[in-house]
Amino acid sequence: MSEVSPDAPAQPVEAASALERSPMRMREKLVLRVVSAAFIPFILLFGLYVQFHGDYGPGGGFQAGVILAAGVILYGLIFGLRSAQEVVPPLVVEVGSALGLLLYVGTGVFCLLSGYEFLNYEALGHGSHGQHYGIILVEAGVGIAVTCVMLAVYYALAGRGRR
Amino acid sequence: MTGVIELLLFTLLVGLALAILRLKDLFAIAMLSGAFSLVSAGLFTMMDAVDVAFTEAAVGAGFTTVLFLGTLALTSRKERQQPFRWGPFLVVLVVGAVLMWAGLDAPVYGDPNAPIHTHLGPDFIARSPTEIDMPNIVTGVLASYRGYDTMGETAVIFTAGVGVLLLLGGRRGGQLDEEDAS
Repeated sequence: MSEVSPDAPAQPVEAASALERSPMRMREKLVLRVVSAAFIPFILLFGLYVQFHGDYGPGGGFQAGVILAAGVILYGLIFGLRSAQEVVPPLVVEVGSALGLLLYVGTGVFCLLSGYEFLNYEALGHGSHGQHYGIILVEAGVGIAVTCVMLAVYYALAGRGRR
Repeated sequence: MTGVIELLLFTLLVGLALAILRLKDLFAIAMLSGAFSLVSAGLFTMMDAVDVAFTEAAVGAGFTTVLFLGTLALTSRKERQQPFRWGPFLVVLVVGAVLMWAGLDAPVYGDPNAPIHTHLGPDFIARSPTEIDMPNIVTGVLASYRGYDTMGETAVIFTAGVGVLLLLGGRRGGQLDEEDAS
């Protein structure tokens, strides 16, 4: 314990500005940095698992999206907003949130153009296979949209605090 | 045994809610509301609603808390002292009482004769193995039988994101500023 304490500098805590400078402070916290760096890959992996295993176990696009976004947001909290934006650029986030919705609606329109009802996935394959493909596509759309919208909101709010 | 855990979690929820009511420090309140969501997620897990628990833990405990902190960085950290007013208090009391009274009418948790278990539920369970052939019926219902609903939800999320980007200035202005500065 005694080796850790000299590492932490005496911090004058001013209540109002403590949060404003938290990205700088966070970078000095060794334990938080190491622990979150170890956890983030597993959070992202779990998000992908929830996405692609959603047809067998609990989960699906929305749950996967929020978990993936939470992983990136944790990265942004610990290592700074700019580092997170280097991993997932704001442009990708904006395009992605539209692309996710477009994938969902596009699946429906494809069914429509193939002579079936809107969102009737049997257009994509024979019987239950078509349903399976359709659900995978649609859930991917939800996952992309949710991840990107959550990150867009986080970027917008956190970026405002830095100015 | 499960009854004991649920009792413990509900007691924690009530305790957290009372603490949030009493506190004036907004930072502590943001943290406690995150803990509130985490305990709720535990309760949802106890009720076998793991999907909802995922969402509650990630959105309620994680994302919302981050948004609260981001907002706190822009505003004050203390709640301003408000004088006690009878009007709003009575409104809250009456609405709360009405909600509790209405809740008495809801079917008991786990009741097999509840309307949700007698109308559409058996139908989905009977049809899903041949029509969708997916072990998780919930995903089949959400993405296929109720595909319109889920599409609408995705559209709502997208619209919310666009709204926030429009309100908070979005990327371009901010990024130009940063590049100018560096």
